[in-house]
Amino acid sequence: MIFNIPFIAVVAMIFIGLYAVLFKRNLVKIVIGISIIESGVNLFLITLGYREGGVVPIFTSAPSDVASNAPGSMVLPVPQALTLTSIVIGVAVLALMLSLIMHIYRHYGTLDVRKMRRLKE
Amino acid sequence: MSEMSKIVRTLSNITFPFIMVFGLYVIAHGHLTPGGGFQGGAVAASGCVMLIVAYGSTWIFEKIKVSRLSAFESLGALGFIGVAFFGLIFGGYFFNNFLVRTGILFNIIPETGFTGSEFNTAGVLPLMNFAVGVKVIAGVFAIVVVMAYASSLKEWKQ
Amino acid sequence: MSTRNIVAAVMFSVLAVFFILTALMLSFGAPIKSQMDDYIITHTQNETGTNSAVTTIVFDYRGFDTLGEATILFGAVSGVLMIFRRVKK
Repeated sequence: MIFNIPFIAVVAMIFIGLYAVLFKRNLVKIVIGISIIESGVNLFLITLGYREGGVVPIFTSAPSDVASNAPGSMVLPVPQALTLTSIVIGVAVLALMLSLIMHIYRHYGTLDVRKMRRLKE
Repeated sequence: MSEMSKIVRTLSNITFPFIMVFGLYVIAHGHLTPGGGFQGGAVAASGCVMLIVAYGSTWIFEKIKVSRLSAFESLGALGFIGVAFFGLIFGGYFFNNFLVRTGILFNIIPETGFTGSEFNTAGVLPLMNFAVGVKVIAGVFAIVVVMAYASSLKEWKQ
Repeated sequence: MSTRNIVAAVMFSVLAVFFILTALMLSFGAPIKSQMDDYIITHTQNETGTNSAVTTIVFDYRGFDTLGEATILFGAVSGVLMIFRRVKK
């Protein structure tokens, strides 16, 4: 059980984020919880592609015993490339959420979730 | 937001060129070292955001028009798609790497295994890296300028 | 303790059991299927002439996903600039 510590860290991050989304009243704290969930999912993607005793999959100035034994001693590169896309999507969604929160605060005057009930004129 | 004191402004003037040179180095060497378009663009954009913090958002919003930043970002996106369309014209399919073996620029193939680093190697990749880097810098800078200026107006504070 | 809090706590504990069981069953350090990555690592320097496998995957083998990501960046910037627009009287 102690060999799977990165996966248990991923589960802990997702649960901290879910607790902040479900049980908090301030809108900014809910957005922080969503950002923590996204970080946990990115960590899970990178941890899936780890090989025991592997190095970075780049051939520039690699040690000579690594480069001759090529696919067996390098980490999988495809999950790292997909995590790049996921990080950029997280930044874009966070920017839109924060500007919408500024618009809501100007309209209602408060940031409490339980006070925004109906479509106010 | 108003500007900060004279010490902060002087130090941000000194460190701004170093940050921009490092960001452009990470963008330009994307096919040899870890890095590329998105990572280098984030580094250079955070150097520009440091100037917003030091000089105040009202002064910078008067100097920089947001419509020009938007045109820069569209130029980056058009460059990326234009390079992909040239692959369709010269080869057979979309995103074809048409500069690797038969082109003019960037057409040396490195030897397999452990090797040094030659800048002239990858085909279409450095052009795509520059296009995406310009797009990311202009986009992040435009978002931060508009949000910082709008939060200092009288009607958005209540 | 309103009903919403009780239902949320029950769902939390059920989800926690499922997630922890899955996290203990995965194998860390020995991926099961890796034929696509082995092909990409052995053929990167011949076919594309790049020294780095990650950048080749982002821009050459899977360039279509990067096109979608550039579209999302463009849509997010244009959405933020539209929210803070000032209508001149």
